[in-house]
Amino acid sequence: MFDKLKKAFGGSEEPKPKVQKEVKAAAPAKEEPKAAAPAETKAASSKPRIGYIHLSGCTGDAMSLTENYDILSTVLTDMVDIVYGQTLVDKWIHGTYAEEMPEMDVCLIEGSVCLQDEHSVHELLTAREKSGLIVAFGSCAVTGCFTTYARGGQQAQPKHESYLPISSLVKVDAALPGCPVAPEMIAKTVVAVCEGDLDYLKPAMDLAACNAGCGCDVLTNVVRQGLCSGCGTCGLACPTRAMGYSEGRPSCDRDRCIKCGTCYVMCPRSWLPEGRIKKETGL
Amino acid sequence: MPLGTYKEAVSARSTDSKILDVSQDGGIVSALLCYAIDEGIIEGAVVAGTPDDDWRPIPTVVTSSDEVIAAAGTKYSMSPTLSALKDAVRQNGLEKVGVVATPCQVQGLRKAKAYPFTRFVTEKVNLIIGIYCMENFPMASLDTFATSKLGFDSLTEASKMDIGKGKFWLTKDGEDKGLAIKETHGYEQAGCNVCQDYVAEWADVSTGSVGSPDGWSTVLVRTDDGESVFKAAVDAGLIETKPMDDVKPGLPLLEKLAKGKKDKNTAERERRAKMGVRIPTIY
Ligand SMILES: Cc1cc2nc3c(=O)[nH]c(=O)nc-3n(C[C@H](O)[C@H](O)[C@H](O)COP(=O)(O)OP(=O)(O)OC[C@H]3O[C@@H](n4cnc5c(N)ncnc54)[C@H](O)[C@@H]3O)c2cc1C
Ligand code: SF4
Ligand code: SF4
Ligand code: SF4
Repeated sequence: MFDKLKKAFGGSEEPKPKVQKEVKAAAPAKEEPKAAAPAETKAASSKPRIGYIHLSGCTGDAMSLTENYDILSTVLTDMVDIVYGQTLVDKWIHGTYAEEMPEMDVCLIEGSVCLQDEHSVHELLTAREKSGLIVAFGSCAVTGCFTTYARGGQQAQPKHESYLPISSLVKVDAALPGCPVAPEMIAKTVVAVCEGDLDYLKPAMDLAACNAGCGCDVLTNVVRQGLCSGCGTCGLACPTRAMGYSEGRPSCDRDRCIKCGTCYVMCPRSWLPEGRIKKETGL
Repeated sequence: MPLGTYKEAVSARSTDSKILDVSQDGGIVSALLCYAIDEGIIEGAVVAGTPDDDWRPIPTVVTSSDEVIAAAGTKYSMSPTLSALKDAVRQNGLEKVGVVATPCQVQGLRKAKAYPFTRFVTEKVNLIIGIYCMENFPMASLDTFATSKLGFDSLTEASKMDIGKGKFWLTKDGEDKGLAIKETHGYEQAGCNVCQDYVAEWADVSTGSVGSPDGWSTVLVRTDDGESVFKAAVDAGLIETKPMDDVKPGLPLLEKLAKGKKDKNTAERERRAKMGVRIPTIY
């Protein structure tokens, strides 16, 4: 996995002053020490080729991406080539761009995959063949999120009823949950990818195998394991405020929970990025 | 280093009798928050109040020194403080926020800053005041101490609660009643048994009673942000200090307790891992 990532981003070595500023903004206390050796240093080759596939999602994640106004134009023009996508560029096999899907280094996928939508299934399976890395981008792709609740019987296509996390059909290399995935999280990930900071990306890679998300996760994997400290981070994480507390323990209102998985991902007792925190704070 | 990284350690006390009348120890937490709010360094803070005066901590957003002082004093039960951070930023619209946090809460907050899955919240936190913490108790445990072990009719009869000099203390009608700490063992929440941080190692400034005489606090100044606020509050005459070397029992006791907690709870992590139940993944 690491080798693949290194290979995919080995050629990226242009200076990116704007993006580095973003990292500092997120770490006001200390100068960011240089990240682990930026992958390999083969002769500067072409920029990474990125695809953005939009399956059954609401475009919220793409909008989150564009909310990084300060770095977006640099990223899009200088750092990557968007070679495929319906929203960011009009290059889409089912749209105006009737050719084959091109080869990609990384393909971000937003939305879950609807089993009854042959186009989505085809696009996802093809992306797996054509792309070095697949990133589940946003909770619908990672866990199914609120599309989990779809039951079919609706226009525009009443038969569409089964919406699955993309990892149900293809191997996923990294997952960025969130409903939508937060703009700052995207920015920090982009910076890490461009700097070859694999340490920062490791949790997202380990999350790739996960395809379930629910307020129950903190109950099953934290509270029932005797790990909960009652800190409240899961409540901070929850975008729908489904997470309340009773006797210092999270208590999920399942009618509000959209199964995004963010609560468990944010919990300091699920995983703790000690190395990164020390680096950002200088402590 | 059992006390984590710090720039300076001093014994300190608020000079404001309004604070000292109600604070747990030297009133450092409240003095710093009041100063930071009055000077506009923060617009408000998230603390743990007990609005019904029943010792149950309730995460509370405060925006004035009066509100800070109303929430002073330790409640020895779990406060999902970080869940209220969202209210501070979204409802109260605060752009610069302080947080009073136990070590586990500091970890949750630092993780949420390092991996900001929740959009535009944790970046607004610019002052983290950590409080030392050996363990925390479910409300039912506190009830047991008060009624079964100290002979109170109910916990609400207690006007003050403290842990110090080897005892858990409740004050009723001006009289202190102590329970040997040994008697409280086994009543702490299970999540505390895997907690390796005694002194809030990732806070901007940490404080607690251990190491300093009665009515004084031991302060560890950690980050640049923490240092600038603490120094300014001292310079403004709101906090008086003494060198740690001049007070008894001093830093050696703090170091001993911090190391003891680390050793004991690291062993507990290992024990649980061996049993095959979950422990947090550390990156
Ligand atoms: C569960 C617990 C265990 C502790 N154990 C130790 C210990 O072993 N050794 C030690 O030296 N100190 C310990 N402390 C810290 C100590 O009790 C004081 O809180 C600290 O010294 C600050 O005192 P002060 O006079 O500066 O603060 P004050 O001015 O009295 O302000 C205290 C602040 O703490 C906040 N607070 C109160 N209860 C909680 C809570 N449950 N969770 C989060 N925030 C809260 C209040 O909102 C207030 O802002 C512990 C604190 C807690 C909450
Ligand atoms: S974030 Fe984790 S440790 Fe904190 S209250 Fe939620 S489940 Fe418990
Ligand atoms: S409880 Fe909230 S954060 Fe957790 S999965 Fe449900 S909606 Fe997401
Ligand atoms: S001992 Fe650790 S886990 Fe328990 S309340 Fe204190 S800081 Fe949190």
